[in-house]
Amino acid sequence: MLLEKAISDVKESFQEAILDVTEFSGERSIHIKCDRILDILSFFKEAGFEFLADLTAVDNLTLGGFERFAVVYHLLSHESVERVTVKAYLPEEKPTLRSVESLWKTADWQEREVYDLYGITFESHPNMTRILNPDTFDGHPLRKDYPRRGRIERSDFPLVKRGIRKEDETP
Amino acid sequence: MSRVTFEPLETDSMLLNFGPQHPATHGTLRIILELEGETITGSTPEIGYLHSGFEKLGEDLDYNQYITITDRMNYLSPLCNNVAYALTAEKLIGLEVSKRTEYIRVLMCELSRIADHLLNVGMLAVDLGAMTAFLYGFRVREDIYDLFEAATGTRLTTSYTLVGGLIRDIPKGFDKEVLRVLEEVDEVTDDIETLLNKNKIWLDRTKEIGVISKEDVYSYGISGPMARAAGIEWDLRLKEPYSSYEDFDFDLVIALNGDVFDRYLVRMEEIRQSIKICRQALEKMPEGEVNVDPDLGFSLPSKDEVYNSIEGLIYHFLLYRQ
Repeated sequence: MLLEKAISDVKESFQEAILDVTEFSGERSIHIKCDRILDILSFFKEAGFEFLADLTAVDNLTLGGFERFAVVYHLLSHESVERVTVKAYLPEEKPTLRSVESLWKTADWQEREVYDLYGITFESHPNMTRILNPDTFDGHPLRKDYPRRGRIERSDFPLVKRGIRKEDETP
Repeated sequence: MSRVTFEPLETDSMLLNFGPQHPATHGTLRIILELEGETITGSTPEIGYLHSGFEKLGEDLDYNQYITITDRMNYLSPLCNNVAYALTAEKLIGLEVSKRTEYIRVLMCELSRIADHLLNVGMLAVDLGAMTAFLYGFRVREDIYDLFEAATGTRLTTSYTLVGGLIRDIPKGFDKEVLRVLEEVDEVTDDIETLLNKNKIWLDRTKEIGVISKEDVYSYGISGPMARAAGIEWDLRLKEPYSSYEDFDFDLVIALNGDVFDRYLVRMEEIRQSIKICRQALEKMPEGEVNVDPDLGFSLPSKDEVYNSIEGLIYHFLLYRQ
């Protein structure tokens, strides 16, 4: 019951930012434009969805959607045991949106992960650096156009031959 | 004679690398520490060493092949990951599995939970110098792993679930073995609590250490026993029951202080609740098939059929070629 009210309130207050509201096997999702993300999420937080269960991203390159990228926020209300998914759509060129680290500390690392793997940057994030890959890493591996099996990185590795190495032989 | 002075030496802060390989870390983790003498003033963790790109690997696997990857997500309770993945895939497809499958999954999940909590408490204890509690826990943990081996064929990389069922039914006489192990677990949890609950060293090293407040739980998105130890009444099994958890009678375990000691207490009590659930699952275990109807086109035919009939073989390849 918390959810229905929150959704209708959000629809009313942020009419211009909402793209769609969908339901799939009992899971409600709100699709929005990326510019009002901070306002919409603080609205949900005040409405009782105060637990950010997950923050991730989707690359819609092969799926199609409103835009190439979507940053996905999974919100949960412990009180009314309801969940809602907020999807903020971002364009392909320079995907960037506001950080929600001010609302939830957990967003700090999760946004860094999204940046690392999808190349989406977050404004006013305290430390927008890679988290899993080394800083020298090139590319953003979870983008769909990133190769699944690459030769680029591997070709630099020295070849190790099987068998016993002779002493004068360099690896 | 000159006077001896005891002014502190002038020191600069120092950077120290802790890890990536260090005997005291359980896993590969590098922490860049800033030291002021012997005081740690700052730390930057590097967490990427164990990243295995599971999501990327999943891009060219089909829904049943990915189950082997879920084994590796948490090597302490792989069965829970198998089940979680199967439930997700089934929800997406809209498959309903039989009651028996759900009960077996619950049984396996709870056994994993016991093993996981025993390891958790045991590792904490051994790091704080309580070797006995660790050994007690590990002995029964080994018995639970034997149960997994009997049911799934392996100790660690279980891959027990399939989307739409299980790889095989539990073996004959499994329930008796489980009951015997549960009896032992029951005893061991009591033993561990007797050893630790009033132990002065244990209390000094766990009470009011690493306190997580209710606000922290919401801010950092903490779930599970960590959240429950901070007084959050949230247990997915009770609040959003999945896989027939609503059929079982057990209690939500919480503690109030949110420190290491409370987290330990919550885990110990959860082991007892899990024992309760396992016993109920065995008692009420329904009869029936463990896989959904093969005609729906989701579950693989049994290995017997694949190797001994041409129909089964064709069907097996059909599923993998699609």
